[in-house]
Amino acid sequence: MDRFVFLTFDGLSKGAVLAAFALALVLIWRAARIVNFAQGAMAVAAAYAGYSVTTATGSYWLGFGAALVGGLLIGMLVERAVMRFVDHSSPLSEVIVALGLVLVMQAVLGMIYGNEFLPAGTPFSRTALSVGDVPLLSRYDLFVFGAVLLVLLGLALLFTRTSVGLRMRASAFAPEVSRLLGVNVGGMLTLGWALASAVGALAAMLVIPTELGLHPHAMDLVFVSAFTAAVVGGLDSPPGAVVGGLAVGLILSYVSGYLGSDVTPMAVLVLLLAVLLVRPGGLFSSTVARQA
Amino acid sequence: MTADDVILQVKGLTAGYGAAPVLQEVDLTVRAGTIAAVLGANGAGKTTLLRTLSGLVRPSGGEIVYGGQPLRDVPVEQLVRRGMAHVPEGRGVVAELTVDENLRLGGLWRRDREDAAKALTEVYELFEPLAQRRRSAGHQLSGGERQMLALGRALVARPKLLLLDEPSLGLAPRVIAQIMALLRQLRDTTGLTVLLVEQNVRSALSVADEAVVMSLGRIVTATSADRLRDDEELRHAYLGF
Repeated sequence: MDRFVFLTFDGLSKGAVLAAFALALVLIWRAARIVNFAQGAMAVAAAYAGYSVTTATGSYWLGFGAALVGGLLIGMLVERAVMRFVDHSSPLSEVIVALGLVLVMQAVLGMIYGNEFLPAGTPFSRTALSVGDVPLLSRYDLFVFGAVLLVLLGLALLFTRTSVGLRMRASAFAPEVSRLLGVNVGGMLTLGWALASAVGALAAMLVIPTELGLHPHAMDLVFVSAFTAAVVGGLDSPPGAVVGGLAVGLILSYVSGYLGSDVTPMAVLVLLLAVLLVRPGGLFSSTVARQA
Repeated sequence: MTADDVILQVKGLTAGYGAAPVLQEVDLTVRAGTIAAVLGANGAGKTTLLRTLSGLVRPSGGEIVYGGQPLRDVPVEQLVRRGMAHVPEGRGVVAELTVDENLRLGGLWRRDREDAAKALTEVYELFEPLAQRRRSAGHQLSGGERQMLALGRALVARPKLLLLDEPSLGLAPRVIAQIMALLRQLRDTTGLTVLLVEQNVRSALSVADEAVVMSLGRIVTATSADRLRDDEELRHAYLGF
């Protein structure tokens, strides 16, 4: 039972990061109908920016802030300089361009920083605090939960309580009508990419210290799990991304804990397959609204 | 007719979606404070005309002068700020947003927040069913309610010129009559100018001051709505009934 409780908390911690990363994918999907396969590489690039600032200043928090700002800027740049010019009539061209971006960004990061794992520090201890004899959550896990929760609340407020959020939602659902109503749809799209990229950067800053460290490919496997989480939740649904992220985090933790870490990638794919067979739109898809 | 009377003047407008133009050398004059009906069969180019006027389709030739200013290279999202509102075919209600959000969207660009809020209140007074369904999503509304919502959203912007594409599409005759009566009321009380694209000729002529008939991308006749309604020979010649 103790093991189950430990794995549950560990899974929720992993799941929180996956939820944030899945949310980044959902934000871009909702804004541009693009599955951003470059999300992982963009997040790693932002994390490297954070690493550079931390190395130069000795401050984790300055590096953390720089990574988020870097994420915003990378998102804007990718949308303005690349994705805006892609032929949107075929989804394949967007996928190919995104994959091309991954290769370019990873190659450039490797050239600048090298292809060795760089140590990524944490601002809080990763030693789990125990309740009774059961190790549960570390201070760092609590920081991860807090940061993800803050982002989720911030995004929820942005989308439901502000005029910018209303413009962004309208632009995503009905770009032509939004233009007729005076909304700068191109600007909203850029903002969507920037926000999504910043959320992805946050996820990278939270997850990389718990893995092997900073590397141009550090987010590759995380991307696969987060993509599964986003599809499980329904690519159109931010709450779905959160639930999907937590579900995938828990499954990864249980499978890794009880069956061994070799089996976890297969477990993720089995989950993906099962959801796509039973409910292809994902658990929280909003197909009713789209068909109206 | 003086230049001040004219809100919209179109000269030699040619536009389309590919190599072949849909609109060919269209000339059109709309007087301020009137309802002008654009009539014609399917494929005549009526919707393309509205889409070109609101900037959604780029013209390949000709000139559009609105409020005395040429509209060349004015971005779509700027036109509503100049007082031109376009309610597209199929009504353009954002299905995922609530009634209130759809309506607020119509006035988000406005700097005068107080007047935007006042306009929103007026729309709720004008369309009482919408006031009762503020929190309902667009996809939960009936066809008539969606038309009210699309019209109301355009009115929140306090437009001078309303481009209205097929408002009667799929609606019951009673609802169509209500919408036409409302257009007349808006023209008479606020001086709103309406360019009304309709396939329902009788409904359109019941409310219009002027009428133009389009065929194969050209305007084949432009006359008063009364004349087109009353002159059987003219109706037969251009509208086939």
